[in-house]
Amino acid sequence: MSDKVKVTIDGITVEVEPGTSILNAARQIGGDIVPPAMCYYSKLEGSGGKCRTCLVKVSKGSEKDPRPMPKLVASCRIGVMDGMEVQNITSPEVIEARKGVVEILLINHPLDCPICDQAGECHLQDLSYAHGVGNSRYEFERRTFDKIDIGDKIQLHMTRCILCYRCVYVANQITDNRLHGILGRGDASEISTYIEKAIDNDFSGNIIDVCPVGALTDKTFRFKNRVWFTKPVDAHRDCPTCKGNVTLWYKGDEVLRVTGRKDQFGEVEDFICNTCRFETKNTSSWIIEGPRHIAQTSVISANHYEFVPLPVIKENQVLIEANKVEFERATKI
Amino acid sequence: MARKLLLENINVPGIHTFDVYRQNGGYRSVEKALKTMTPDAVVEEVKTSGLRGRGGAGFPTGMKWSFLAKPEGRERYLVCNADESEPGTFKDRYLMTHIPHLLIEGMIVASFALGAKTSYIYVRGEMMPQIRILERAIAEAKSAGFLGKNILGSGYDLELYVQPGGGAYICGEETALIESLEGKRGNPRIKPPFPAISGVWACPTVVNNVETIAAVVPIINDGGEEYAKIGNGRSTGTKLISASGNLKKPGVYEIELGVPVEEFIYSDEYCGGIANGKRLKAVVAGGSSVPILPANLILNTVNGQPRLMSYESLSDGGFQSGTMLGSGGFIAFDEDQCIVRNTWNFSRFYHHESCGQCSPCREGTGWMEKVLHRLEYGHGKMSDIDLLVDVSKKIEGNTICPLGDAAAWPVASAIRHFRDEFEWHVANPKEAMERNYGLAKYADPLPKLEEVASQN
Repeated sequence: MSDKVKVTIDGITVEVEPGTSILNAARQIGGDIVPPAMCYYSKLEGSGGKCRTCLVKVSKGSEKDPRPMPKLVASCRIGVMDGMEVQNITSPEVIEARKGVVEILLINHPLDCPICDQAGECHLQDLSYAHGVGNSRYEFERRTFDKIDIGDKIQLHMTRCILCYRCVYVANQITDNRLHGILGRGDASEISTYIEKAIDNDFSGNIIDVCPVGALTDKTFRFKNRVWFTKPVDAHRDCPTCKGNVTLWYKGDEVLRVTGRKDQFGEVEDFICNTCRFETKNTSSWIIEGPRHIAQTSVISANHYEFVPLPVIKENQVLIEANKVEFERATKI
Repeated sequence: MARKLLLENINVPGIHTFDVYRQNGGYRSVEKALKTMTPDAVVEEVKTSGLRGRGGAGFPTGMKWSFLAKPEGRERYLVCNADESEPGTFKDRYLMTHIPHLLIEGMIVASFALGAKTSYIYVRGEMMPQIRILERAIAEAKSAGFLGKNILGSGYDLELYVQPGGGAYICGEETALIESLEGKRGNPRIKPPFPAISGVWACPTVVNNVETIAAVVPIINDGGEEYAKIGNGRSTGTKLISASGNLKKPGVYEIELGVPVEEFIYSDEYCGGIANGKRLKAVVAGGSSVPILPANLILNTVNGQPRLMSYESLSDGGFQSGTMLGSGGFIAFDEDQCIVRNTWNFSRFYHHESCGQCSPCREGTGWMEKVLHRLEYGHGKMSDIDLLVDVSKKIEGNTICPLGDAAAWPVASAIRHFRDEFEWHVANPKEAMERNYGLAKYADPLPKLEEVASQN
């Protein structure tokens, strides 16, 4: 008890370890009060603070210093203090600021979702659906880039990038020297390996998984299928390089794609190696564990066979009555 | 003639050389501090003086120094921020060009106060002559025994290095400066941790402006209390103002804080009035990132008081009717200047200099720039004006570093005070391409306070 700190987020109190960020405290509570995060990735050290979608209002700094923080803060990078009170969805200021961030993120993002492989599992889609407005006030030409190949398996389409830097952190963690970074500055900055160099590492494929949008795509899966037509199945294999815990995406009996297992916040549980991801695409190599749970809110869960049937109407007296009334009405007409 | 502290000997021939500087009383403060004072006494003296940061934010320097974490066995660093790139500000460059030893003297005293064994002067890459001047001055000071091992036999060691930057505006932000100093891309860090806890190479660091460090010299020479007598209220001491724009005598002036703005613009001791006999239309009082004010509001506050050149008086009225002293880049606009064009120009600068790390600033500055360009070149719509205000609100306060605020304030304030001119640009696009809006009512006497209060 003594070493835990109490933090109240939107009126819900939770006790967390000292040094936890506000975002992670909110994730421990779960539900609607979790701020969205486009750039923060709990498994990548130093990530976060850039996209500004996780802004929250700290209405009480701590028990010792109850002053509120003057500005909205990025919840992914601010640690909790004992007695801190945070407002997320209960603060109109936060909702307004988040709406602004979403609009600003979208002004240079091409709305090419119909031809984008990420559609259906794109965080920016979810974010703009939940927090954005229907139309943009931006009336100028959007920035565009040529597609670049990073190695023979990964394609970078910079036009779609929202510069969250997640892939940069992955590349920094898996390679000794800096191979993958940012060129230019301002809205002309671009993610690049500089002259289409390949990231030569067994784990380079993970930059596809961490990408919140469709900027980094798997060339072995590009344009093969829409993700909501494929069936995710958990599987593992005895891999010498990684843990081998993956999700296989089936269409019929064919494995179209292999990815890491993503949790409810869209973060992979374990990073997987390139052999598992790109080269092991036959069922016989894998030990199937069962269907992957997909959140009901996701489009991928449509027509999903992990379907729990609703309670049979016959057992529900209220529904039977309601049905009778409805039936009478319908037949009268 | 007001008293000068920093630029007292600026006209002495050869003051940039060590010998002449020493003959004119230079390096007295080093002798005084190292031989007779403890580091804490120096910090205390600076606290007493009430010196506030001259780089823009105006944070009390003594406080900043006392916040520096002092863990055992860790190096501490002092970094001088000479990455002066604010449009309208050129005081640091002037100081470094003409009297480099003043900065070095201040660096030695300040490093001694903070216990730094190594200090850096981070100079903007474009200022190559100043870098050479500083390096020569450091070599001179070193050979005279004021730098290096065991300075003046006090047992205190200090190495001073000049580090050229790449010439990015964002590297004037203290955490971006630290990143750049470490050899990385100059992206601002996310705070906390603040540099006082974890700065250069994760060691406690203080970053101060050139002028702040130079002001430590007279404080130690004459004592903090003596320094605090100069100035006005909580704005103590003197300040270098880089006056530019349509003035008769633009240049760098050392003023005692608390001089009325009207006196600063019109008296012959300072700027000598508006050039070519024109009338004043607007003033940007502290470098491009502070709100712009029309002539009537810069000369008087809404309460009818004359506005003074001090931290408090310039910010009187908040964002509604005030501005900030900032870094002292005083830009005056005469009646023939176009505020829309000027706002677009500032906006273009911030668009170009945004580092691209956080999204509101990266995308928002470009958006504002494009909308303003459209307004200036006669393709604007009435809705654009409200759009600009809205976008600036979305940027302001939601970014990692103050560049977002700096980009948003000039636009928001220009529209707040010069809305008529923006609307005229939209309504008369053809005319707006050929002539300027002129002075209009921007220099008229302010309405009585009751009327202003009822409007708000």
